[in-house]
Amino acid sequence: MMNALHEPQSVVVLGGTSEIARAIVAELPPSHLRRVVLAGRPSPVLTEAVAETERDLAVRGSSAVVTEVAFDALDTDSHPAVIGALFAEDVDLVILAFGVLGDQEEFETDPAEAVLAARVNYVGAVSAGLLVADQLRRQGHGALVVLSSVAGLRARRSNFVYGSTKAGLDVFAQGLADSLVGSGASVLVVRPGFVRTRMTEGLAEAPLAVSPQQVAQDTLKGLRKGSHTVYSPAAIGAVMAGLRSVPRPLFRKLPI
Amino acid sequence: MTTTTTVPGGNREVLTGWGCTAPSAATVWRPRTPTETAAALTTIGDRGAIPRGMGRSYGDPAQNAGGAVLDLTGMDQLWLDGTTGELAAQAGASLDEILRQAVPHGWFIPVTPGTRFVSVGGAIAADVHGKNHHRDGSFGSHVRSLDLLTADGATSTLTPDGPRAADFWTTVAGMGRTGVITRATIDMLPIETSLLRVDTDRFTSLDDLMARMVEADEHYRYTVAWVDSVNGTGDFRSVLTGGDHAALADLDARQSRDPLAYDPDVRLTAPPWFPARALNRWSVAAFNEVWFRKAPRHRRDELHTIADFFHPLDMVRGWNRVYGSGGFVQYQFAVPDARADVVGVALDRLRTAGAPSFLTVLKRFGPGNPAPLSFPTPGWTLALDIPAGVPGLAATLDALDEVVLGAGGRHYLAKDARMTPATFSAGYPRLADWRERVDTLDPTGRFMSDLFRRLLP
Ligand SMILES: Cc1cc2nc3c(=O)[nH]c(=O)nc-3n(C[C@H](O)[C@H](O)[C@H](O)COP(=O)(O)OP(=O)(O)OC[C@H]3O[C@@H](n4cnc5c(N)ncnc54)[C@H](O)[C@@H]3O)c2cc1C
Ligand SMILES: NC(=O)c1ccc[n+]([C@@H]2O[C@H](COP(=O)([O-])OP(=O)(O)OC[C@H]3O[C@@H](n4cnc5c(N)ncnc54)[C@H](OP(=O)(O)O)[C@@H]3O)[C@@H](O)[C@H]2O)c1
Repeated sequence: MMNALHEPQSVVVLGGTSEIARAIVAELPPSHLRRVVLAGRPSPVLTEAVAETERDLAVRGSSAVVTEVAFDALDTDSHPAVIGALFAEDVDLVILAFGVLGDQEEFETDPAEAVLAARVNYVGAVSAGLLVADQLRRQGHGALVVLSSVAGLRARRSNFVYGSTKAGLDVFAQGLADSLVGSGASVLVVRPGFVRTRMTEGLAEAPLAVSPQQVAQDTLKGLRKGSHTVYSPAAIGAVMAGLRSVPRPLFRKLPI
Repeated sequence: MTTTTTVPGGNREVLTGWGCTAPSAATVWRPRTPTETAAALTTIGDRGAIPRGMGRSYGDPAQNAGGAVLDLTGMDQLWLDGTTGELAAQAGASLDEILRQAVPHGWFIPVTPGTRFVSVGGAIAADVHGKNHHRDGSFGSHVRSLDLLTADGATSTLTPDGPRAADFWTTVAGMGRTGVITRATIDMLPIETSLLRVDTDRFTSLDDLMARMVEADEHYRYTVAWVDSVNGTGDFRSVLTGGDHAALADLDARQSRDPLAYDPDVRLTAPPWFPARALNRWSVAAFNEVWFRKAPRHRRDELHTIADFFHPLDMVRGWNRVYGSGGFVQYQFAVPDARADVVGVALDRLRTAGAPSFLTVLKRFGPGNPAPLSFPTPGWTLALDIPAGVPGLAATLDALDEVVLGAGGRHYLAKDARMTPATFSAGYPRLADWRERVDTLDPTGRFMSDLFRRLLP
């Protein structure tokens, strides 16, 4: 159970290798954690993420059990069984972290790639999100953190395929949150700006770039405050609010 | 012929404890009779059920996420034998109602917590203590019998020394885990008047206060100290009150006309200035300042009403919402006499952490009772209210847990909302015995709460 000070005992990450999600796990109070599941596509990276999380928690004095579970966002047919099994025991916090950034140019030359990104970021999240919400409703408690992005708030010429998947995800997650009112469960939508992870490796850093640790801290703060939405860094929320009212012809020309 | 009982309720509701933290949703049933209670139990699913009284526990013991909660406040009948002082009460009856009925007949509840808005079931299940613990023990020690509806659907009458004494003591302080207490009989305390004769002393040194409290054990049935845990940087100042029920001879002519008059809404002393708006370090500091200043430096034989003396907070309805939507926690621990130093350590650390508690209470505990999960053990108990949003609170309290456990102390389940399973089991060395007994009463875990999901995973 999540206690009064928002310290979860049981955490599931969908997209187990995500650097942001792992930073969130690393920020959690170790003495209260009992179970961490990193669910993702089986790979040496995932196995290493499990080992590393376990080591890190042990160093911080936690005896939490960290396990690996196979989960592929694209394989929506498998989701009911996989997510059902994850909830064989209560889960206090689910982090929906899977997603691909892709490459806009490649998407435009090979639309099949764009479809794939949309299937991971949006279709996979709709499938997993609804199933998780159902389980949270059944158990009467728990929080779902959805990693959205400021990219979904306004279409940009340079990444509108990714942006549109996040826009869909964001609206979906907001509605899911509303559907859970009165169920004892909640959804927190996290909208980071540019985060320095392997996803953005090699890309030119955008203004207000943050570390995954920063996103993790902002996320936990949002959970403690019972927020619906969190921007990371907080300032990017104001920036986005400003950008939203910039006329399109002008916005198109902005170097972002 | 089969009859079906329809039980009121059955809707999903989001519940919290008094601290307004860690909400969870459950299907809430409101049975009005033992038959309806038993009927409600037959409908419960795999997430079980837990009884709930008036929800005055601070944390999550009367919640059961995804399962059923049996709100027993509709089952509230009372029978008082005016000659023997034996009270029979259904479990949902409140101490408030008991006092209203019993005081005018010259009987008082043997143990009352700091609020009278608790149910008999909740008082037994948490084995609550009052200002007289050093002398009279906790609530469970005054229960002559209780009727327990167990997971098998049977109701049995249990007594403290009968053939099922072990089940009785597993249920006392058992936080609802053994089943539903439907009814209890309690030995009431005879009183001549509804007033208390009270002595008050102010202290500017914690050591002086604690030395005086040890002596006061001998002289007063009731003692409690309020500590200003916010102001200052050095020592802690405090107000100690000690008292006992006033005798007829203590009353003046006017008071003697109706010596057992009881109206808890009537007050003799002025209401404290209350920080009803934003509660923060400064408003709480001011409140503590006023509370300390309004107390007489040294006063003897002042007459107080029951409400003034025992239940000052009940004057302010819904004061728990003052802490805002983030809610608050109460940190209450007990340590043995030999480790009285932990009281000062805890006060120091929480003041340094900037925890604005306006309700910091220090009490003495006498001997415990046979209930394995009963909180009181001989020595000291300190309780502080702290808004959940205080930065770094989680780590501060985790560290304090270690200090308390290192001193052979423990934490109170009726107040806890945050400790770990390890802290819980280290504080209650007889937990294994208790669990064993619970497993025989409820082998499949039909009685379950958020508290036990959190602490006994
Ligand atoms: C202002 C304030 C002051 C307080 N002061 C004190 C104090 O001085 N000393 C002290 O000891 N406590 C104190 N408390 C705590 C309070 O006395 C206990 O939490 C008490 O258990 C609350 O009773 P309730 O009816 O509200 O029970 P709830 O909070 O509803 O339930 C408490 C527990 O009892 C169980 N329970 C309730 N009814 C039954 C039943 N019929 N059968 C089986 N189990 C049942 C529940 O499952 C739960 O585990 C205080 C609380 C407040 C808000
Ligand atoms: N980094 C940023 O700047 C930024 C900004 C805003 C929002 N976000 C969002 O934050 C989330 C986490 O990103 P991150 O920065 O932590 O990047 P990351 O480390 O690359 O994490 C992305 C995760 O998605 C997983 N994934 C990809 N396809 C999957 C599939 N088909 N099935 C299951 N998992 C799949 C990856 O698993 P594999 O290891 O199997 O590939 C990886 O665990 C993403 O949703 C991202 O869009 C990131």
